[in-house]
Amino acid sequence: MEHFNIVILVLLVITALLALRVKDLLSASMIFGIYSFLICLLWAEMGAVDVAFTEAAVGAGVSAVFLIATVYNTKRRSSD
Amino acid sequence: MKWLALLAVCATGSLLIYGVSDFPDWGSANSPANGGVEGAGASISEVFIEETETLTKVPNIVTAVLADYRGYDTMFETVVIFAAGMAIFAIIRVMRDTEQTQDKTQLDSSVDGDHQRIIVGTTCRILIPVIQLFALYVVAHGHHSPGGGFQGGVILGASFILIGLAGNLETAMQRFSEKQFVSMACIGIFIYAGFGLLGQFLGGDFLEYGVLQKVLLTDGEPMARSHSMLGVEIGVALTVTAIMFAIYANLASKGELKNGL
Repeated sequence: MEHFNIVILVLLVITALLALRVKDLLSASMIFGIYSFLICLLWAEMGAVDVAFTEAAVGAGVSAVFLIATVYNTKRRSSD
Repeated sequence: MKWLALLAVCATGSLLIYGVSDFPDWGSANSPANGGVEGAGASISEVFIEETETLTKVPNIVTAVLADYRGYDTMFETVVIFAAGMAIFAIIRVMRDTEQTQDKTQLDSSVDGDHQRIIVGTTCRILIPVIQLFALYVVAHGHHSPGGGFQGGVILGASFILIGLAGNLETAMQRFSEKQFVSMACIGIFIYAGFGLLGQFLGGDFLEYGVLQKVLLTDGEPMARSHSMLGVEIGVALTVTAIMFAIYANLASKGELKNGL
């Protein structure tokens, strides 16, 4: 289980940095969804199933859709 | 300026990490929540774990804490979601008709658009009832298994969002109109606060579910608390469903609630 945790924590840092670095905001919101799913795995592994469930539904599901809807109606490229 | 921001982030980050080193170990039996403070009797975790089953007849302790012991907290969490939805209404929603949007509708219903919709439309027709059934299960079974009003409400709202994503927003709005979702959001909070007020009318405290046994006709206080939790969760689910769809509808159509993504 230690290895599983380490792999997920490393992936979390990578996705967090990627979401900031990527210029395409649509990919950034997808990466944000991946980040949410990874953290959801972490909650589930700790035994906090209710929190993991909320994270999967809200973080990875609905908020990704909200971000994509916003990107669609604004601009797709990040300026910085 | 960028370097200054990086410096601020690093300083805050290291302060936070320094603060974490003071925390008890994860799952430690001696942490204040698990082991209690010396001379203060049983810790709060012990009380919850030992008493929940007898006091409320709810196997899922998380739901019992969320909806009963800390019902006041959860009520205002629901109000926060409601307020967020209303803020989005206030900021994005526009109340006038524009010419531009009507041209787009005609473009959308061309032959090419219909061809694309066969696969997506059929998949959604099969998938959406299953999603909604699962959402209702999550709400109704929230006090026996992981889940509850928030999660079930989000899944139910997501099923309506899927209708809007697969077709256009108007198809979804035919099933779930603006009038319906705004009043549903209000009704959800009314149900939650109503359970609290009902307890007060029957001589208990606000959100004291035990006294509701006279109204709910259950045998004993534990079952009354269990049933009230279900009722409260349904209220939360109604609000969350409505607000999730309202936020999507406003964001996707720039507040015009016509042909979104």
